[in-house]
Amino acid sequence: MLAHYGYKDGSGEYFIVVDTDKCDGCGRCVSACPYGVFEIGEDENDPFRETVVVKVSESHRKKIKYSCAPCKPVSGKKSLPCLESCAPGAIGHSW
Amino acid sequence: MRANVKGRAFAAEVDPRAKPGAPAAVAPAAAAPDGLEEGMNVAGVDCGAKSAKVLILRDGEVLARSAVLSGFDPKAAAAQALDEALIQAGLSRSDLAHVTATGTGKNEVDFASSSITEVGADARAANALFPAARTVIDIGAEEGRAIRISPQGKVIDFAINEKCAAGAGTFTETMARTLEVAVEDMGPLSLKSQNAVPMNAQCAVFAESEVVSLIHAKHSKEDIARAVHDAIADRIASMARKIGIEKDIVLVGGVAKNVGFVTSLKRNLKEELFIPPYPEYSCALGAALTAAERAKGV
Amino acid sequence: MATEYWRWPESRWTSPEIDWKAGRIVTAGIDVGSVSSQAVVMVDGALFCYGSLRTGSNSPESAQRAMDFALAETGLVLADIHYIVGTGYGRVNISFAQRALTEIACHARGANFMYGPTVKTILDMGGQDCKAIRCDAKGKVTNFLMNDKCAAGTGRGMEVFADLLSVPIADMGRMSFEVEAEPEPVSSTCVVFAKSEAVGLLRKGWPKEKVLAAYSSAMAHRVVELLQRIQVEEDFAVTGGIAKNEGVVKRIEKELKIKALEPKFDTQIAGALGGALFAKALVEKDRGLR
Repeated sequence: MLAHYGYKDGSGEYFIVVDTDKCDGCGRCVSACPYGVFEIGEDENDPFRETVVVKVSESHRKKIKYSCAPCKPVSGKKSLPCLESCAPGAIGHSW
Repeated sequence: MRANVKGRAFAAEVDPRAKPGAPAAVAPAAAAPDGLEEGMNVAGVDCGAKSAKVLILRDGEVLARSAVLSGFDPKAAAAQALDEALIQAGLSRSDLAHVTATGTGKNEVDFASSSITEVGADARAANALFPAARTVIDIGAEEGRAIRISPQGKVIDFAINEKCAAGAGTFTETMARTLEVAVEDMGPLSLKSQNAVPMNAQCAVFAESEVVSLIHAKHSKEDIARAVHDAIADRIASMARKIGIEKDIVLVGGVAKNVGFVTSLKRNLKEELFIPPYPEYSCALGAALTAAERAKGV
Repeated sequence: MATEYWRWPESRWTSPEIDWKAGRIVTAGIDVGSVSSQAVVMVDGALFCYGSLRTGSNSPESAQRAMDFALAETGLVLADIHYIVGTGYGRVNISFAQRALTEIACHARGANFMYGPTVKTILDMGGQDCKAIRCDAKGKVTNFLMNDKCAAGTGRGMEVFADLLSVPIADMGRMSFEVEAEPEPVSSTCVVFAKSEAVGLLRKGWPKEKVLAAYSSAMAHRVVELLQRIQVEEDFAVTGGIAKNEGVVKRIEKELKIKALEPKFDTQIAGALGGALFAKALVEKDRGLR
């Protein structure tokens, strides 16, 4: 499942996309993110999934444009710690 | 909504709260550029989302300022603001050597000789007002900007929050209406707050309902006002972090007059903020300084 | 009290054919949304009854009221229901539900039941959010996004316009077509800015209908952009409160060049229906039936 966490508002589209079929629930992204954007838990959108999966935590879903801002400087783009930490490549950013 | 201050050098208007050293350094930058013809008048027009502001300069001195609410005709508002400022200065349109427009509606100002981007105008004004400025934060009615500038006032980097009311002055206005508090009372009210109440809604429309729930939950207006300012300051601070904040930080735009917002932003950034006495005219000042240079042919 | 132009009417339905006493598995789904709450009861996987009403300020109470409303005159009581799944914005506060599931999962499942296995894309426009969901033939979610951060493209945006124009929300769709020619969409996405834009248009002398048309098409465009992120695959269905606003739905269809399936039931019950279906599956799992 492709889970899009985030939103679109007048200023643009801000989604973190988790490919739950690729995610193995290792949780490395949880510790890699300096702002606590991720959490590991049961897949709320698939009641029959047996294993845990990564999610964008409820408190960040409505403000990820701001939560992720420090990792996305206007110039001198750096690599994102969450993407770096994810071996299966389950995490993507839309912006 | 008219500031009636004539003939004061804007360099002398630097916020007295500014730390020692900074204002003194302002003077040279604020002096009339070398070679500017004696008695040359220029105007800067900031055609913003909510109001049009005009500032007339003569040899680096502010002759007049005028602001007119845009309503639904920004072009007419800009023309009216210009005429009002001209009356204050005792001048007519033909006395102006150059008019530079800026703001969202800059292209609609048909009497302008040239235009400059808002980012450029902000940088120009901040550099003139506070030569030590490296970061400029401008929060207007519908837009917020953070700009990093060089010691020479050149734009290095900038980020803009636009097209979403959550990151601009409109947010506070909407919440003030819901709280049934005059928007100018929001700041002083929030300073009396005893508790930090979190606000979850990001969208101004949803935040309105959240404010209603907070009122029902018996939170004081003071605490809610602070929550509103904390929420918007948090968004502005994140935007500023995208460009890498460097000291000194100058805060301009109409929202800089809201002490509640200023306090929240200071608390968030943990840095001193330098605010000129007429923060809402900053863009107009930048445009006017540009007009002076262009009139001279620099 | 001022007229509340944005209220949806309440509704209730009971199947005349089903004898619940003969059923083996009785399950229910309760969807406590921000604006309205629905309760659906199913007997052996067939729709038995439902009720839909406005959500009050207290969500556990709204769940109870919706349930009572659905069960009234059926003879069935809460204790007769084997498993109850709660969903929606107020799902965590439903004391009598055994499990809470997301609206995403429930809407996909509910739409799969309502429209059949050919449904691949579901758009649910609720009171405070907008969901775009892709699912497989079994109603399992394969791709989704939900926007509950921004009021644009949600029922709330429409409510703001209903109030501004003093038009009952049920009339908005029809009225938005009462224009000579389709105007340019409102340019601001943000509801706050769109509202001031609309005030300007009204002052310019635009009739309400034209302003509504301009806002409805702006809203449709925005929703289409969200749908494109998950890539629309036919069949396409629209659920939730805004599904009843043909002014928005027809404009979405026009922009997508895809027709939405004709709804068979009240589109607002999709979430609760999905909840009741999951409840049945969970009972079967417990009883070792699957």
